[in-house]
Order: sequence, then C-alpha cells, then structure tokens
Amino acid sequence: MEDKILMAHGSGGSATGELIDEIFDREFSNKTLDEMEDSAVVPGAGKIAMTTDSFVVTPPEFRGGDIGRLCVCGTVNDLLMRGAVPKYLTCGFILEEGLDIALLKRVVKSMAVTAKEAGVDIVAGDTKVVNGNGELYINTAGVGFVPDGTDIAAGNAEVGDAIIVSGNVGDHHAAILSERMNIATDIQSDNAPLVDIVRNLIDGGIDIHTLRDVTRGGLATVLKELSGQSHKTFVIEENKIPVTKKVADFAGLLGLDPLYMGNEGKLVAIVPAEEAEHALDIIRHSEYGENATIIGKVTEESDGRLIETTELGGERELDILQGEGLPRIC
Amino acid sequence: MDLEEVKEGLKKYDGPEMNIMEVCGSHTGSIAKNGIPGMLSDKIHLLSGPGCPVCVTPSSYVDKLLDLAKDPHNCIVTFGDLIRVPGSTKNNLSSARGEGARVEMVYSPMDTLDLAAKDPDTTFIFAAVGFETTTPVYALLVDEIVRNNIKNIKLLTAIKTMPEVIRYLMESGAPIDGFIAPGHVSVVTGTHIYEPIAQDFSIPFGVAGFKGPELLAAIYGIVREYGHGIVRNFYPSVVKEDGNPEARALIDKYFEKYDAAWRGMGQVKGSGKILREEYRYLDAGSLGLDADRKANPACCCDKVLMGKMRPYDCPLYGKVCTPMNPQGACMVSTEGSCFSYLANHRVDKSSKL
Amino acid sequence: MCVALPGKVIEVRDRKATVDFNGNRVDARTGFVDIAPGDYVLVHAGCILQKLTEQDADEMNEIFTEIGA
Repeated sequence: MEDKILMAHGSGGSATGELIDEIFDREFSNKTLDEMEDSAVVPGAGKIAMTTDSFVVTPPEFRGGDIGRLCVCGTVNDLLMRGAVPKYLTCGFILEEGLDIALLKRVVKSMAVTAKEAGVDIVAGDTKVVNGNGELYINTAGVGFVPDGTDIAAGNAEVGDAIIVSGNVGDHHAAILSERMNIATDIQSDNAPLVDIVRNLIDGGIDIHTLRDVTRGGLATVLKELSGQSHKTFVIEENKIPVTKKVADFAGLLGLDPLYMGNEGKLVAIVPAEEAEHALDIIRHSEYGENATIIGKVTEESDGRLIETTELGGERELDILQGEGLPRIC
Repeated sequence: MDLEEVKEGLKKYDGPEMNIMEVCGSHTGSIAKNGIPGMLSDKIHLLSGPGCPVCVTPSSYVDKLLDLAKDPHNCIVTFGDLIRVPGSTKNNLSSARGEGARVEMVYSPMDTLDLAAKDPDTTFIFAAVGFETTTPVYALLVDEIVRNNIKNIKLLTAIKTMPEVIRYLMESGAPIDGFIAPGHVSVVTGTHIYEPIAQDFSIPFGVAGFKGPELLAAIYGIVREYGHGIVRNFYPSVVKEDGNPEARALIDKYFEKYDAAWRGMGQVKGSGKILREEYRYLDAGSLGLDADRKANPACCCDKVLMGKMRPYDCPLYGKVCTPMNPQGACMVSTEGSCFSYLANHRVDKSSKL
Repeated sequence: MCVALPGKVIEVRDRKATVDFNGNRVDARTGFVDIAPGDYVLVHAGCILQKLTEQDADEMNEIFTEIGA
C-alpha cells in the first residue's frame, strides 16, 4: 500500500477497496460492519438518542489523544448526557490528498480502541478523498438506547440543586494550544468517554436533573447555556473550580481564562442538593471522575444568569465565550 | 493593616467622589475577573482607559497589514490579539487568511527567527504592536536581525508610550482623579515617569500588580491620596523605581520618538516609537499610518477610551456592536473596555460622568 | 495589555534561559537582566524583563506598608 492518500483512494475502485480492507475493516471489524451492506440493520429500543458531530483538530495527534479518540468520546458523551446507553456509531472520513497513511492507521486504531472502551460498535462508515494539504476530518453519528423513565435534560435544573463538575478544567485546550505556541509542557488532553460516571450515577439511583459535557467554550459557556435553558440563576464559587496549577499558569502565559477553555472529558451534573454528596462520591469513584467537585448551586428563577463569587469577595457575572478565545500577549 | 480593613475602607469610603482610571488591559480584565467594582463604595468609580494596544491601533495600520498580507511572498506574524481587529472595512487578518494569506500566530516575536530561518524565500513581517512592556522584545528581535544580517524579517510597528497619552488625557479634560498605573509597563519605565504628570495635575498614581488583593490594595492606596500629586509603588516585588535601564538602552539604540496615532484620538505628540532612520530598512511601511476611519460613525470608542463615557452608554453597545461584529476596537480584544464590560455584564452602580 | 508571569529560571545558556511556570517551560531571552538558575523572573512574550526580589517576601505586607496606614 502507498504511504500517502491519493485521489484514487476515493475513486470507489480497487484503491478504495484496499483502503477499507486494510485500514478501516481491520480495526473496526464486527458482525454488522462485516456484512458490507449499504446500511446497517441493528436491534433497537423503545426510545433512542441520536447525535452527530464533526471533528477538525490541529494537530490531529496531541498529548493524551488524537482526532480518532476525540471523535468517539465526543459522540458517546453526547449520548450519555441524555442518560442513554451508547450503542452504535457511524463515521464519515474526509481525507485530503497527501494524508500520511501511517497517521490514518494510528487514528483508526485509536477509534477502535476507544469504541471498545466505551462499549459501542462502529456499524457504518464512508470515505471521501478531496484535494488539500493532507489533513483529515471525521464526522460521526451515534445512537444510544434510553432506559424507560429516564428524563435528563438541559431545562430540568431546579432551584436549590447542586452543580457538580467531574474534574479539572482547561487541560484539553492547553494540550492542543501548547503544540501550536512553542510552550513545553506535559499537560495531557482529557479526552475520555464518560460512560462509567453516567452509568454509576444512574445505577446509584441519583435523581439526575441535567447532564452536559463541557466541551468548546469551556465550563462558563456550558453553565450559562444551561442557566438560560432552565430559566434559573446559577451561582458558582471561584475557589471551588478545579484547575491544576499547571493549567492555570499555562493560561496565564497566554492571557486565557480556564473557565473558557475547552475540555473533552468533563461533564456538569445538576442534582438535588440532598443527593449532591452521594453523587459526588459516586463520580469520584468512577473512571475519569476522581477530581470531581461541587462548584455551586441553582439559586433562583431568572432569565438565565451565571454569577461567580470571587475568591477576593466580589461577584462577577459570566456570559458565554465571546469571540474566539485567542491568546493575547501584548 | 490587612486585606479585610482595605475591603471595609473601600466599601465605606465617604470622601469626595473619585474617578480612577486603569490604563492597562490586564488590569481591566483582572478588575472584572475579581468582581472589584461591586466591592467599592458608590463614591469610587473605575474607568477603563486606552490600555489595550490592539484597541488603540488606528485602522490604517490594519489596512497596511492586510495590504502586505496580499503579497504571496509575505507572511504576517502576530500575537493572537490582533487577528480579529478590523481595518477601515470589515476585513481583518482572519478573513485575509481565509483568502489565502499567510498569517502565523506566535507567543514570542522571537519565534519569527525560526520561521524565517526555515523559509528564506518568504518575508516575515511582525505586527509589532504594543506599549513599553513589549518594545524591549522588539528591540531584541531587531538586535538579532542586525547582528546576523537576516534579510527576510521586517516589522510593521505601532508602538505606543504611556506617559504622553496619560498627559494628553488630562490636558483634554478627562474627568480623572487618579490612575492605576500599568504594572508591567512600569517594570520597564520605572515609577518616576509618572511623577511630572502627578505633580502637574495634582492626582495620585498607584503602580499596581494584577492579583485581586494587589489591585484592591492599590485602589485603596490611591483613594487615600486623593488630590495629592504623588506616585506610589504598590507592586514593589517586580517594579523598581528606575525600571529596567538596560531594556530602555536597547530600545533607544533602535527606536526613536514618534507622534503616534491612537484610534479615536488622533496623533498624540511623542506618544510612540518608530525604527531609527539607520534601521528603517527593516520597517515594512509604518511611517504615516495615522488615518483612522470609524467603521460606524456612531461608534463612541474615542469617548470611552478617554473616560468620558461608559461603554454601555454608547448607542451601539451590545446591539449593533458585539464581539462577533465589533464596530469599534474596544469591542474586539478581550481586554478592550467594551468587550470586558459586555462579557461580564458590568454595570457600575453610579457614575460621576 | 502586557501579559507577563513570574517563573523560575531552570537553565541559562548563551542569551537564552529556560523558565518554568509550574511545569510549563518557555525559552526566554535574557538580554536585560543578569540571572542564574533558581532566580524568579518576570517573562513577557518570551523575554525576561525583570528579576523578582525575594520570592518569600510578604508582598501584601509591603503593599500595606506603602499605603502607609
């Protein structure tokens, strides 16, 4: 096989067949996919959750992960946030001519490993080749089964509820940016499937009102959106927000605020106050949840406000991320 | 005395009403981040001055940068701050990149040396925007270029200096009773440069650090000096009275005074730096970039920068003018006055303006 | 304006130093200040602008003294 992706790999002819056999099917092989039908026919459930996401990241491999792990985690986590059990994934690859095939192989392998970890099957896929500079983009769709009686939604937060974040914020953004900005660090991306946390919360009988994965835009953006969807005021405490010193200093070097830095393996859980300590304990004992913290509460009805009480003793009202969150220096 | 006493003193202050201006975008950011406005008495008002270098860069500078970016032999090298700043049209470096221009975002101007060494056929143009803090870094870059006779790096400069513009604000009748002097500018300049202004206008200056307690203490120190032409250093661990003379010497070797243009304010005498004539061959065309065209004639950035208007009193604020669709420079950078007020829903309880 | 952070000098060579910020390392130019490994310095845009006085000094106390209350 060649070293680089050629236009011929998208022709539908023998080169495409070779690509599918040697790269995709080798890693993703399962009974449904191996049938090589035009669509996958799989068992279903009463209520299903569906989601789709597209992944574009530079560089495609970074400390702690790669675009393959990222796309599986992103899709699986979206399903989990409605209380669904993730079941099936599809993936569409857009490959630019000149893409290093060794890189593609590593990404595909990483997807397979992460899918296995998350307990999902990749049941359908597609590949196209376009002109370009050797980059790759992945679109995924996911299906999950929603157990009867599950009602976890963005608008369900109640006054008095506790707000929990499942771990340290800002790591993914810092890991990606450090590679672009010549800052030597070993900060790892947090990209992870949050299956264990969600399953344990549900199995533990927690009356979860809301779950949301904390991705682009960071913790503040996600909380502000949830406050709007539930028409409530959320109050969080600055000194409770979990950020490592390393990420805080990285953010400081580039004039960034960890509250607005992206993550790929963190969730916010909103639960009744009386269940908060129990829920926290469950999350801390789940995979990827060891640094979970209760960071604030839902205080009153409003048109959706997010207030942070600062360590200094002041108050700051937060909004969603404005602009692009570019580093500033001068 | 401790921090609690400072907090109580600021909350209960009942002396003459006082407008205190910060002229450093990082102070603007830190004041919002720490929730300081709500911790002050109704008689103490904080104003955001021209402390964001990106915000005060005139539109003709960005236009020139966009013009240079069109040449396929050029690559523009910049800090992240500048990428979204519009010129006289809506275009910015981000849209230029979309049209195929090469734009590299770096942490340090020194990173340009590596870029230039790897690609000798391209001319790398550093968008050298900034105040006294950043100018030494540009001087070091020029020093490397000159020493090693590097042919493919140039600078497009919009370098500003603080004391001249602070004096200009006071002479223009800005309603200011005290300044939070910029901490990192003072690291280079020292504290003495503010003394003539403090004395001429009988207003206190407090050089401040950036952590919440440091800023709060500095504000308290400034309030206590109401009406006194005095400079106090509330950031002594970092700022020395004479600043960093070595840095200033290298700046003087390569740069000379220039009547820089400030967005919304026009040219201010001696308020900038430009490469000396013997090194002007390294300049990508910075001379005469004074023209400044408002993207929207109703934009009040000039009044905001001079402390004569609160951001939210501008008719465009938050309606036509938002961070995604900025009409003026104060809404572009995260440390711009309008951006900071909007992103933090900042409304000051009362206003002396 | 002017994002700058204090860090610890790890290594000095030629006109550059490696400065550590809680595990993030930056190559910074020395040019303007005499420094040695172990010093705390203020770094802006990849350039050391100043050596900090004693790290253990009680900074807030110095400020309160300056306020003169």
